[in-house]
Amino acid sequence: MATSVESHLAVARGDRPGRVAAWAGRPWLLRSASILVVLGLWQWGAWASVNPAFPSCTATLAAFWELLVDGTFAGAYAETAGPLIVGLLLTAIGGVLAGLVMGLSARAEWLGLPLFIVLQASPSAAIVPLITFVYGIGFTAKVFAVVLLSAPVIVLNSYRGIANTPRSLLEMSDAYLASRRQRIWKVIIPAGSGLIFAGLRLGVAQGFTGAVLAELIITPTGVGDLITYYRSVADYPAMFASILSIIVVASVTVTLLQRLELRLFRPELRPA
Amino acid sequence: MSAVQVQQLVKEFDGGIRALDGVTFDVPKGELTSIIGPSGCGKTTTLKVVAGLVEATSGTVEVNGAPVTAPGPDRAFVFQDFALMPWATVLRNAAFGLELRGVPRREREDAAREYVEKVGLSGFEDAYPHQLSGGMRQRVGLARALAVDAEILLMDEPFASVDEQIRRQFQEDLLRLLSDERKTVIFVTHSIEEAVYVSDQIVILTRGPSRVSNVVRPGVDRSGGSDSIRRSQAYLDWVEQIWHDLQGYLER
Repeated sequence: MATSVESHLAVARGDRPGRVAAWAGRPWLLRSASILVVLGLWQWGAWASVNPAFPSCTATLAAFWELLVDGTFAGAYAETAGPLIVGLLLTAIGGVLAGLVMGLSARAEWLGLPLFIVLQASPSAAIVPLITFVYGIGFTAKVFAVVLLSAPVIVLNSYRGIANTPRSLLEMSDAYLASRRQRIWKVIIPAGSGLIFAGLRLGVAQGFTGAVLAELIITPTGVGDLITYYRSVADYPAMFASILSIIVVASVTVTLLQRLELRLFRPELRPA
Repeated sequence: MSAVQVQQLVKEFDGGIRALDGVTFDVPKGELTSIIGPSGCGKTTTLKVVAGLVEATSGTVEVNGAPVTAPGPDRAFVFQDFALMPWATVLRNAAFGLELRGVPRREREDAAREYVEKVGLSGFEDAYPHQLSGGMRQRVGLARALAVDAEILLMDEPFASVDEQIRRQFQEDLLRLLSDERKTVIFVTHSIEEAVYVSDQIVILTRGPSRVSNVVRPGVDRSGGSDSIRRSQAYLDWVEQIWHDLQGYLER
């Protein structure tokens, strides 16, 4: 009996024998291949072009290594991290809560939904300079920029996740006598967690954009300052390396968030 | 002695669509009653009113003499689309009714484990619904309903999403399980064969207006095993007669 259970579950997991399994078992192989292809195209593009403002992949990576080792990145990120973390904490907590309330109450939905749809559709980058009129050029202005960019996507995704709980699960929780609190915590939130975390991942990525945008437009500090500085002295490999570092840090953060989601809410999707 | 009394049930949905138009029938205690009829005749709506999930426009449902206004611990529901939580294991899904009632973890998991085994899923306690076939998922739905130990089991086309071979096996298992559990069951189906095979009593609903056209008690002798039942003259005659009843309404 035990073996038949095992084999049934193996089939359900999509385990396939043979060569395909050898590939599927090592996804890192495909992933690194895809990264290598992109880097190769980059190298070729820089070599083929005559524009000195487009540095080659190797030059950029060399600059990246240098900035990493001499502590330039560490110093810059220590500065950028402040407003970024404060802003993201504000939107992650406040945004998910707002989405939750809007998904659960028709009145809150009526009141809040249009605001966030307008915010999402508005050109946030154009609004960032205006922030200085209200909050000056300090810490608050940068936090505001992070919130402005990350809030709409977090709120709207949380709202959709909550509002689209499958009807049959709601009926089931009714039929089995769930209290309102149980219904929210045991059914509605886990059912919406996929969309909520998708919103958080997108929101974190947007938050990085907001933080860097504020540093480019409001006052040059942190990573934004690195980009501005290396551009002004025409050190293009270092400038590209700074941009690359943002991509790397943002990707790592988003991946960590995905792990957290699987750990907390989606045990069924966790690799065995 | 009837467990459920349905009296003059009327349900009008928004827009004036009349799903039920004076449905009346009794469900005897400890028996299996099927509700059968063409699609759109209000079978599922009737069942959901009995469950307390849908409010009737007028008319009453009484369970053991007490009027139904909301879901209660005396009734457990088995859903057509299973309604399992994809993020929970088979065991947690089966124990969910008890979890909602605040039964301590060890106790509810012991109860759920017993019913997971009874519905034939031992070994799958830690599997997730997406790893199971449709038939196996519905067995989890059945285990969840049995685990809360309600007196009345409400089953909404439980085998509709299950293929034919598995359906027959499932019907056998259901009858065997119910003979141990002594529950009152209301069973919605659109299959005449299924209704005659599993039921003590069959309520035949018609469409436009949605009313009870007939209540019959096939009383097919089940002593000889499933194959001899399906070939017996009594079984075939009942299937034929109900088909004849329903045909009249389909052609109008």
